[in-house]
Formats: sequence, structure tokens, C-alpha cells
Amino acid sequence: MLEVQNLSMRFGGLLAVDGVSLDVQEREIVSIIGPNGAGKTTVFNCLSGFYKPTGGKVIFEGKEIQGIPDYKISRLGMVRTFQHVRLFTQMTVVENLLVAQHRHLNTNMIAGLLGTPNYKEREQKALDRAAYWLERVGLLDLANRDAGNLAYGQQRRLEIARCMVTEPKLLMLDEPAAGLNPAETKELNQLIVSLKEDYNVSVVLIEHDMSLVMDISDRINVINQGKPLASGTPEEIRHNDDVIKAYLGEA
Amino acid sequence: MAANNIRHALFCAIVTLIISFPILGLSLEAKGVNITLSGAKTSTYVAIVLAAVAVFVFQIFRDTFMGALGKLPNLNPLAGREPMEQNKRVKLESWLLTGIVVFALFWPFLVSRGSVDLATLVLIYIMLALGLNVVVGLAGLLDLGYVAFYAVGAYTFALLSQYTGISFWMALPIGALLAGLTGMILGFPVLRLRGDYLAIVTLGFGEIIRILLNNWTTLTGGPNGIGGIPEPTLFGMEFGRRVKEEGNTSFHETFGIAYSGEHKVIFLYLIALVLAVITALIIRRFMRMPVGRAWEALREDEIAARSLGLSRTAVKLSAFTIGAFFAGFAGTVFASKQGFISPESFVFLESAIILAIVVLGGMGSQLGVILAAIAVTILPELAREFSEYRMLIFGAAMVLMMVWRPQGLLPVRRVQITLNKQG
Ligand SMILES: Nc1ncnc2c1ncn2[C@@H]1O[C@H](COP(=O)(O)OP(=O)(O)O)[C@@H](O)[C@H]1O
Ligand SMILES: [Mg+2]
Repeated sequence: MLEVQNLSMRFGGLLAVDGVSLDVQEREIVSIIGPNGAGKTTVFNCLSGFYKPTGGKVIFEGKEIQGIPDYKISRLGMVRTFQHVRLFTQMTVVENLLVAQHRHLNTNMIAGLLGTPNYKEREQKALDRAAYWLERVGLLDLANRDAGNLAYGQQRRLEIARCMVTEPKLLMLDEPAAGLNPAETKELNQLIVSLKEDYNVSVVLIEHDMSLVMDISDRINVINQGKPLASGTPEEIRHNDDVIKAYLGEA
Repeated sequence: MAANNIRHALFCAIVTLIISFPILGLSLEAKGVNITLSGAKTSTYVAIVLAAVAVFVFQIFRDTFMGALGKLPNLNPLAGREPMEQNKRVKLESWLLTGIVVFALFWPFLVSRGSVDLATLVLIYIMLALGLNVVVGLAGLLDLGYVAFYAVGAYTFALLSQYTGISFWMALPIGALLAGLTGMILGFPVLRLRGDYLAIVTLGFGEIIRILLNNWTTLTGGPNGIGGIPEPTLFGMEFGRRVKEEGNTSFHETFGIAYSGEHKVIFLYLIALVLAVITALIIRRFMRMPVGRAWEALREDEIAARSLGLSRTAVKLSAFTIGAFFAGFAGTVFASKQGFISPESFVFLESAIILAIVVLGGMGSQLGVILAAIAVTILPELAREFSEYRMLIFGAAMVLMMVWRPQGLLPVRRVQITLNKQG
């Protein structure tokens, strides 16, 4: 469903991403791994429309989307999280989820001011969807807390829930396990697998730590200094000499 | 540490001297065609030196002083109290608000004409502050030229009445819509700006509109302003002693009561009250609607908002437009109240005052903004003897607020939402 061909991104003299290709099929978890500064986040920024790539193609469901503005890309059904959590910290947990669902809501201002039946019905549906996902990530009891007051692990889960209420087809997670303890990491991995299996979402997962993604990834792409180094199943990657040399060897 | 403190204090004292000496101690006087520079009285120089000494002493003991100030909330009897239960609080608040509005309805019949006039002005400021609160408090866009939209509303009514003889009730929606449109048009060029840059450009826009009004003499009358703006009518009844417009009747004759100038003042007050209540209710509703949440999301984190499919353009423009719309509302009422307007009523200071109300009240909080509007408009009237020092007191109050209660008088409380457990 997502195909990336020969993507490259240049910042002045620095070629941060150089000829990266990857493809994601439906109901698949594809990981991008590589050391810090390898260009993983930059790839995400190109895919999600924050940067306009300087070369290559991004094709989502048969449509070329490189260079389309960010907010339109998420409306196509491709949403992302951020390496550093980005919540609306002074809004409550449930408000965070409502903001994300504006496309499911009746945004006609007159309808909203008058409180028409259609407006109320859609608002209620959005609340129910929010409640569902809050329960799914174990935050229902905290629904009316300010998002900024949540613990770090809870904020991470809220960010994923916020993506899921938009009912995406493809979810892009940028180092979702960063800063989590082992127990939380395990829970997160289960959640990601469940997103794929129970909700039919494809996932592109960035990880810095390779061992985390071995269990849950269907395929893995390794990049190093902006260049693709290897790609294949976890098993193939584990035994790839280049990867061992460039990546595992250093650890 | 101590040496550092003294150096800093010395520096501050010298800055005080450098600034106040030319401003207070020297004066330019025009004698015929010549301008002469003359000194001030000795007492002024003594005062300047004393001020510098005061600054020096304050800066030396600054830490102690500020520390004490920081402890002040402990003196607040409400500080340690348990927060009230959610639904109890909501109920209390709505009773309180209804009570205030009912009281406000009957109050003008009990007090003097001057008080009612002042109260009308307060209500106009409440409308303005509630509107600016959308832009600054909710959407987080620092707009220093808000007075421009107020001017658009006022001048729309003034000009239309002059050239077409339009009535207040017709002008009210037109003025508001035109102001909203101006808000949208001025919003386009600043879409990409944020923070300080946005503040400076909007400041410029505010000045451009004022200077335009000042210099387009053929249309606006320039600094002479426009007079003869009609007062509102009540179902075709005028409040003047004699009927001005053909086809209208006069209020006192219709009801067979003696003419009184107070009727008009009270009627205007009641209109302003109703409009202010409508403004508050509409914006309150907006805050609970997708558009209101989008404003806040943009303020909180623009990148996250965009990643979730919110268009920065649509969200920002809607905030500018709606904020400006209510300024237009207020402007029309203002023009009608004064009967005469000139560019002088729309200087930057007005923008600053409205912004101060929003900040003092607690960004985003409606009740706080209303209280602050009352305080900022009425206090200077009560302390007329000090009117020269109005700005000074104003500035000091702002600084103290920032130290003591940066969140404003009444910080926002989030709406609590009950969720039904799913599945
Ligand atoms: N906006 C930018 N401007 C200039 N250089 C950038 C920008 N974004 C990323 N880079 C550079 O691109 C390289 C890759 O960064 P990044 O994609 O964040 O790596 P990773 O996420 O794999 O750790 C780094 O050298 C970084 O400094
Ligand atoms: Mg990164």
C-alpha cells in the first residue's frame, strides 16, 4: 500500500537521506532501524509531508504523494507519532482525542452553535470512539486529566491512541519505546501487534534499538548514514554481514 | 553573589537616571519661533535622584523581596482549600452567572446616569476582550492590532449612517461581518508568522488602519471624525426629545411618560448587556466545539495539530475572523453610544488595554476576562486624581501580576467530559 522509491533529502551540503526505498503491504509491520543520526526521522518527515523530499517518489495506495502538505497526508490515512512526545499538554486527555477526530465530527459552525441532531450524534460517536481507545490503552480513568500531567509511558500510549481514533490505514511510529522500561516496552509491542492483527493497520516502526523490533517486525530496513544498508526478514537481517559489521558490531 | 548584586543594582540605578533625567528634568519650550531647552525645578532633580536610590535599594534586596512576594498565595484564605466537587462547582458557577446577569438587568434603574454610561463602556470592553481572547487566549496568536477591527465596526456604522442613513440594527450585523472580513484578509499575510513577529506585524496593521482613517479625509473626515451617528431605536421608537427620522415615533410619547435623557442611556446599556451576554455564550459554545478545540490544539502544538490533519490556514483564519467579528460588534455599539467617532479612539493604547484585560483575566478564561474588564475600566475612573499616573499604575499592576499570578485572576478550568465505557 505504501511504496517509497529512491527517496532522498538534502539539507544544504548534507545528504541526510540518500536513495532509500521501502514498501509496506497491508497488515504488515515494517521497521526502519539504524544508529542515531542515520536519517530515520528524516524519512518519516518526508513521508508525512513535513519535508518536501529533494528526490524520489512516495506512492500511497497508487497515488504519488511526495510534496503534498502534511495535513492532507494524514487525511489520506497515514498518521504518525513523534520521537519526542507531542501532545496538547494543557488540554485534557479526551480533548486530545477529540481534536484528532475533527474529520469525523460535524465541523459546520452553525450546526455546532445550534446543536443540530446530526452534530450531537457525531459528537457522541467521537466521544465513544475516544472512550474505546482510552480503555484500550488503559487511560480511561484519566480521561479528564491534563495530558501534560500524565506519566511518560502514559503520554506515549495516549499519542498512539490519538492516532488510532483517526482510523488510519497506516501508522508511523517514531521510536515509540524510547524512554520506556522493559515492562512497558513489552506491553507496547503487544499493542503494536494487536493494531495490526485486530484493527488491520499497517505499521512503519522506527527503532534505534534493533533487538526490540526483531520479534514483531515482518520486515526490517536498515539504514546507515542516510543510505540503505540492508532489508529483509528479521532472520535475514540478523545474519547479514554488513549489518553485523556496521551496527551490531558497534554495540 | 553580593558583589554581583551590587553591580547589578548600580547598573539599574544608572539606567533609571539616564532615562528619567531627559524626560523629567529637561523640557523644550517654544518661545515664538525658537525652541529653548530649560531645566526643571530642583525638587524634580531631588525626586529623580531619590528614585534612582530607591531602584538601587530594591535591586539589592530583590531576592528577599521577590521571595516574600512568592509566598503571598499562602496568605490567600482560599489557597489551601480542597477543590470543589466538579458538578457542584459547575452548578455554583452557572447560578452565579445568572445572578450577575439578572442583577445587571435591574441595576441601571437604581443608579446615576454617569454610572450607567460607564457600565456600558465596561460591557463594550467585555465584548472586545472576549473576542481578543479567542485570538490570543485560545489560538495563542499574539495580536497587537486588535483595535483595527473595533475601528472597522465603528466606522462602518458611522459611514453608512452618514451616506445611507442606515439604522443601528442594520449596521450591527454589517459592521461585525465587515470587521470579520477584514480580520480574515489581514490574517492571510501573517499565516506563517508566530510569536513576536506576528505581534509586530499585527501592530503595524492596527496603525495602518488608524492612519488610513486619519488621512482619508474625503471619506472619513480625517482627525475631525464623523458625528451625528444615530442612537439605536426600539421597534421604530426613538429616544431623543424630538423624532429625527420620518416614520419613527418617540419613546416617551408612545408610552405617555415625561421625556428623560436617562431612557436613552439605559436602553443603550441594555443593548450592550444583551450583546455582551450573546458574545460570551457564543464563544463559550465555540470553546466546546471542534473549531474551539482546533484553536487550542494549534496553540499547544502546531506540528502535532498538522500531523492530525488540521489545516493551519483554516484554523488561524477562523480565529482571526471570529475575534474580529466580535470587535466589529463592539465597535458598532461604541459608535452609537458616542454619537461621534474619530481615529483618536482607536490608538494602539486601546489594543494594549484590551490585551491587558485578557492577560489579567487569565488567558482563555471567560469569567476572569469579565472581571478584569470591569477592574481595568472602572478603577481608573474611581482614581481620577491619579489619572496622570494611570499608565504607571497599570504597568506596575501587570508586573506584579506576572510575578504573583502569571496564570491570571481566574485561570481556565478545563471542561470535564463524561465518557460511556465501551464494549
Ligand atoms: N531540518 C534539518 N536541517 C538540517 N539537518 C537536518 C534536519 N533534520 C535532520 N537533519 C540532519 O539529518 C541527519 C539525520 O537526522 P535524523 O533523521 O533525525 O536521524 P535519526 O532519526 O535516524 O536519528 C542528522 O545529521 C541531522 O542533523
Ligand atoms: Mg530520530
